[in-house]
Amino acid sequence: MDNQLSPSQLRLIQEYSYEKGEINRGYNNRTLYVDIGKNEFKERPVSDEMKEKFIGGKGFGLRLLWNGTKPDTKWDDPENEIVISPGPIAGITQYSGTGKSLVVSISPTTDLVIDSNVGGYFGPYLKFAGFDALEIQGKSDKEILVFIDGTENKIKIQEAPEEPKDSHELVEFLTEMYADDEKDKKNVSIVSSGQAAEHTLIGMLNFSWYDVRRKVCRVKQAGRGGIGTVFRNKNIKALVVKIDKVSPNANQVADLKPIMERGKRFTKEIRELDDEQNRMRKVGTSHLMEIMNEYDLLPVHNFQYGSHKDASNVDSKSFQQRFTQGMPDGCWLGCMMSCCKTVEGFELKTGPYKGQKVDVEGPEYETAAGVGSNCGIFDVDSILEINFYCDTYGIDTISYGTSVAFAMECYEKGIIDDQVTGGIKLNFGNARASLKLLHQMAKGKGFGVVVGQGVRKMKEKFIRDYDADPELLQDMGMENKGLEYSQYVSKESLAQQGGYAMTNKGPQHDEAWVIFMDMVNNQIPTFEDKAEALHYFPMFRTWFGLMGLCKLPWNDVEPVGNEETEEPEKVPEHVDNYVTIFNAVTGKNINKYELIKQSERVYNFQRIFNIRRGKGKRAHDAQPYRAAGPVTEEEYKSREKRYDEQLKKVLDIDPQEKSIPEKVKLLKKYREDRYEKLLDAVYERRGWTRQGIPKIEHLKDLGMDLPELIETVKPHLD
Amino acid sequence: METQQTEKNTITVNNRTIEWEENMTVRRVLEVMNYTFKMLVVKVNGRLVKRKDYDHALVPKDADVKVLHLVAGG
Repeated sequence: MDNQLSPSQLRLIQEYSYEKGEINRGYNNRTLYVDIGKNEFKERPVSDEMKEKFIGGKGFGLRLLWNGTKPDTKWDDPENEIVISPGPIAGITQYSGTGKSLVVSISPTTDLVIDSNVGGYFGPYLKFAGFDALEIQGKSDKEILVFIDGTENKIKIQEAPEEPKDSHELVEFLTEMYADDEKDKKNVSIVSSGQAAEHTLIGMLNFSWYDVRRKVCRVKQAGRGGIGTVFRNKNIKALVVKIDKVSPNANQVADLKPIMERGKRFTKEIRELDDEQNRMRKVGTSHLMEIMNEYDLLPVHNFQYGSHKDASNVDSKSFQQRFTQGMPDGCWLGCMMSCCKTVEGFELKTGPYKGQKVDVEGPEYETAAGVGSNCGIFDVDSILEINFYCDTYGIDTISYGTSVAFAMECYEKGIIDDQVTGGIKLNFGNARASLKLLHQMAKGKGFGVVVGQGVRKMKEKFIRDYDADPELLQDMGMENKGLEYSQYVSKESLAQQGGYAMTNKGPQHDEAWVIFMDMVNNQIPTFEDKAEALHYFPMFRTWFGLMGLCKLPWNDVEPVGNEETEEPEKVPEHVDNYVTIFNAVTGKNINKYELIKQSERVYNFQRIFNIRRGKGKRAHDAQPYRAAGPVTEEEYKSREKRYDEQLKKVLDIDPQEKSIPEKVKLLKKYREDRYEKLLDAVYERRGWTRQGIPKIEHLKDLGMDLPELIETVKPHLD
Repeated sequence: METQQTEKNTITVNNRTIEWEENMTVRRVLEVMNYTFKMLVVKVNGRLVKRKDYDHALVPKDADVKVLHLVAGG
């Protein structure tokens, strides 16, 4: 994009100068607060206690958000915040997957705290510019951008240019504007959203970096929970950060040698083993498409089914042909996993950019399954086009996919009709219809806006306005806490049902992915076994979000000899790498048990944050029945043998004597009871009451008996 | 005439019973179970079978086979 504007031509609203200081052992020991309504800036010190209890990343975000908001703060109140924090390990370049940012805010879809883990260079650059977190509060009356200039040690609030509006153009435009020259573009990173984020509740944020080999800007997404919607509601067009350069030890770690040693070892694993394992360097997470289809876990037609005859049309081989190969596609420097694939020169067939050739980021598994199979779309071109427009319009592909799939099922069941959709034939498989909705979301008109409110709001509307059956909609609407499910069929894995619906933020698999352990390996048969898995894995995975790390290098490549370890599913060698790296960065001396404790502190804090907001109890961990079993007769029939067997073996019921509706009902009762028992077991393991409230003695054990937390939980204790 | 009841030869795979076949290899067990995922840990009667041995390692009847799929995903 030809850009003649320079930053100085944008009207300066407010400016702030700061002294940079030095990063020490992964921390600046300072966060940056910006009120874009009052045009105020503050530097806030980070205490040792904050580092001890909240570590960084999501922990810092939650702490700052708690302090900055009230229990009844709504997502669109000026006092709601967006906090971006990279974590102490983020920004090292000697180990793979170390450039993540964690974004938190009060979500428009859940009315709870949402957290989203995202790649791109913004988080590390924010740290190198002098801050461990960026806390944005207030609402601007005009469209602005915030520029953090780490080269001049200045922060500016500037009036944003009116055009361009969509992320793929805006990011190129601003990168060119803020970089001194072509060589300097790699030192600029942008956070932006898009037009559809303004008109829906499922807006996301794009975090950019400049791809020096392709000479284009790339983006990764902080997708979940509508933070892009909050961003646009605050009237922020972009956040820009600029630094001089990335130096090899910018984090000023306590001991670089062990990090380099572990990094080399991991790089060797990737080089030697990835091609025969998950092929992350060739196809990214899209390798999961065929695996999930083969194991009956791929969501099809709004999670009704777990596989489809046409799934091979959208398997990883289909995507591999489109992805550029042999490029180091990391979303942070030094990442050898290189799974951030892209399709270059894709010609768009619809919308405002029709006929243009663009680069499409991904798709990743979640996108391909969400906007593809779950909507009955098994065509690579359509998935790429939807992926591109979701990204540039600022829409979360996971919530989009699950919401469209729900609307499609409602249409096919006659709950909504052409009059409601404005004539859009919303049948499963109709990619054109999906794209039409997406373009409507960007324009803020038509039925697309209704779908863009997410599944919970659609349920409410369809019940209220179209006399839909509330029980049916509750059972088939795949949301919990107001967040749409991510893309795995959990029906046959009780543990994964907990892994989804017991999450703090809503059903996102980044807390726990235990389907194979439970359903396939049959490794955790008892409630206690499942509870242990739903303690360990959510806590372990939470840790990545405290540090600024990516989860994928942990278990998407398996080191030699892993199979001979006692707990191969935990990948002990990689856990040891993380403990070693944390200690080497910070100079501390934790072990793998303390690692879990670090997460537990923040995890319990987040639970109590939800309680403070009037939620976070047992009732809020309820799941839609489709996550646990067959809602309709067709679904029952698709796995009739399995379900009949369960009725016979476990409930001693002769399936021959029952009609399918009767069998659906019996199975539902059985499976819902088991889920309640799972809640009991998991709450007990996590040190919570039967209502899901963290007990005071547990908080004391964790060192989290902070007065404000005790005060919050006390009225709810049994 | 006395009727002879032939008992089926079986093995258990992840605590599920399947029919045993003559000269059944680990690879064949994985095929029968439709375990196509690559990152597996296989143990037959508690003994680890390495990936390179799947094609020729025999599974005896009544064997207890564990096939752990390592948690990838998302």
